[in-house]
Amino acid sequence: MTVKTFYNEMYDPEGKVRPHYAAYSAWLSEMPEEKIAQKRAEADALFHRYGITFAVYGEDEGTERLIPFDIIPRIIPAHEWNVLANGLRQRVKALNAFIRDIYHDQEILKAGHIPAEQVLNNAQYRKVMQGVDVPGDVYAHIAGVDVVRAGEGDYYVLEDNLRVPSGVSYTLENRKMMMRLFPRLFSRYRVAPVDRYPDMLLNMLRSVAPVGVTDPTVVVLTPGAYNSAYFEHAFLAQQMGVELVEGLDMFVDHGHVYMRTTRGPQRVDVIYRRVDDDFLDPLAFRPDSVLGVPGLLEAYQGGGVTLANAIGSGVADDKSIYPYVPEMVRFYLGEEPILHNVPTYMCRKKDDLAYVLDRLPELVVKEVHGAGGYGMLVGPASTRDEISSFRKLLLAHPERYIAQPTLALSACPTFVESGIAPRHLDLRPFVLSGEEIQLVPGGLTRVALREGSLVVNSSQGGGTKDTWVLEG
Amino acid sequence: MLSRTADHLYWMARYMERAENIARILDVNHRMSLMPQSEVQAEQAWGATLRIMGLENAFHQHYAEISADAVLEFMIFNPENPTSIRSCLRAARENAHAVRGTLTSELWETTNSTWLKMRDFTPHKLNDEGVSEFFEWVKFRSHLSRGVTLGTMLQDEALRFIRIGTFLERADNTLRILDVKYQLLLPAGEVEGGAADFYQWSALLRSVSAFEIYRRVYRDLITPSRVAEMMLLRVDMPRSLARCMKEVYNNLRVVSNDHSAETERRAGQMEANTRFGKIDDIVREGLHNYVVQALGRIQDLGNRIADDFLVPVSKPAEATV
Repeated sequence: MTVKTFYNEMYDPEGKVRPHYAAYSAWLSEMPEEKIAQKRAEADALFHRYGITFAVYGEDEGTERLIPFDIIPRIIPAHEWNVLANGLRQRVKALNAFIRDIYHDQEILKAGHIPAEQVLNNAQYRKVMQGVDVPGDVYAHIAGVDVVRAGEGDYYVLEDNLRVPSGVSYTLENRKMMMRLFPRLFSRYRVAPVDRYPDMLLNMLRSVAPVGVTDPTVVVLTPGAYNSAYFEHAFLAQQMGVELVEGLDMFVDHGHVYMRTTRGPQRVDVIYRRVDDDFLDPLAFRPDSVLGVPGLLEAYQGGGVTLANAIGSGVADDKSIYPYVPEMVRFYLGEEPILHNVPTYMCRKKDDLAYVLDRLPELVVKEVHGAGGYGMLVGPASTRDEISSFRKLLLAHPERYIAQPTLALSACPTFVESGIAPRHLDLRPFVLSGEEIQLVPGGLTRVALREGSLVVNSSQGGGTKDTWVLEG
Repeated sequence: MLSRTADHLYWMARYMERAENIARILDVNHRMSLMPQSEVQAEQAWGATLRIMGLENAFHQHYAEISADAVLEFMIFNPENPTSIRSCLRAARENAHAVRGTLTSELWETTNSTWLKMRDFTPHKLNDEGVSEFFEWVKFRSHLSRGVTLGTMLQDEALRFIRIGTFLERADNTLRILDVKYQLLLPAGEVEGGAADFYQWSALLRSVSAFEIYRRVYRDLITPSRVAEMMLLRVDMPRSLARCMKEVYNNLRVVSNDHSAETERRAGQMEANTRFGKIDDIVREGLHNYVVQALGRIQDLGNRIADDFLVPVSKPAEATV
């Protein structure tokens, strides 16, 4: 598939280098090709040595893959970032208000802005959270909001990830790698630093400790060393200086959570959990889960421990709820949304379904509960057969799908086998909500390495770039 | 610190140390096999190597006959042999991976790169480039990992459990090396070996990096009982039982908790035995018996350390804030 016109991050439509890329472009043209190739090989070797890899299931023992790293940074000028950052703060604030509302009085449903059954029948809605108060009314403590640029370079929110968004470790490691490989480049640019993230995260987590706890013990809960995001779990625990625990390391006693240490049980106050709701507590959710802690939900409901993110946050990041986020901003904050949504057709609606069926070859159709780039149809990139078999799925269960226009995602020059060529990308900034809402400048830029591809997920052959927000 | 974390650290250190000791044992045998000897002797020596690690049965499940190539393949590469060097380095890396956040990045990277490099070695490549160089490499990676540990890790509990793992494993290995060689070199009834055994005894010393030390300490002929003394009782000799027990005991005292008193006492008792023991007494009572008893005690200590510190025991009743 070819998207004929897309916004190029480095060049304007006349082919001139955009001002914020000028110094980089000049620098790159001075670099001999062999030198670049050598630096790229060096980056790969270093990532392997650091073990910044993810385990691949079912392959040869000890097989670990790198997420490809591209050495051409994605550069965002200060004025663009400021708008984005304000928009993200506003959006996450509204999302948190929405989750709180859903688990308390459900004002937004009563006011008729969102059909109640859309929310209450949603698989991510957790009845057990109804009426439960959480510290600071914060539910989505860590949000990873996927943003893309389309058209003339306008930013659109593609997805709000409010459960266990990952990728922030790559934001930090990519920067470290760039500084190691190209130290002199950083003297030509004033790039906003990102390495404060672990500090901000720890402060945020401490700020949402259960009421009355003055010196809270924070831990990171991981599914274990074979999880694909394990590197990030270990990285964040280490950077924050807190324990990285697994479910079996903890137990619940009289409404509190303890971890088993070499000196006996030690109380845990805040759990930054990187385990999905379903696996958190075998007594409350999936009974076969060995990743969780029996009795955790009850301790949580009683206020003995804080979970970040809160159980049931997923109700707000579902693709079927996504179309209503701008409405949430208006309803809870009384403001106009700063960031656009992508127009979305909900196939459960008759009219929308008819429209979508008519235009399958030009739309992107996604599963409502899908993630990771699986179970989707990119119309313009699909064969006639693929489209007709997807049509059957759609007709069988229209409520499981939404559709969006195929966005001409912006592209940035990227090293590929044939040299440097534009590749499409997105951006995932990480938004932290505690007493205040904060974010580090930038986020994770993912890039689709295959020519023409719009799918940036690492499980689908995507890579990453360092993301530079320039200081104004 | 988390019990599970302590467990991984302890085993990470044990597996690294084990890889080194296997390399030492194999290396010494390999060197000896280059000296003039009968086929029977050669086979005996390789068989003894398997016996040191208690792997004779496992070996015969995979190979019909004992030969240098077969034993080397089995002890270096065989992934089904949990004690092959490859398996040990992998286990060390997996344990490190599980607690990489507790390790300094230098230590994690050292352990990780050792494993990555190990994957590049093949039996074919070793034939071309020489096994001795490979054994040197294993030893140096182990030295490096210990150096990085001491040079970068905070002196807290994590370091203590790493040290306990290292020295408990080393004590076990030193005892095994000594025992098998002693039996092999001193057939029943014979008190002292003949001059021809000089190479054998010196090779044994070299396998624990003690040849030069022996010369410096005794300035005399190499005799079996002095070799045994060095390997068992000399606290200034870094691979001796006495040194290992001193390290185990000292580190245990630092991490002690409210139910580890008996474990400390037993470690202390063993340490005192080596400190005040006399080699003449040990030889009179029978060296083999002494070694068997000591191995039993080390295993007991290992089990007790696991129970006291490493295995997460759920005792909600004892929960305290």
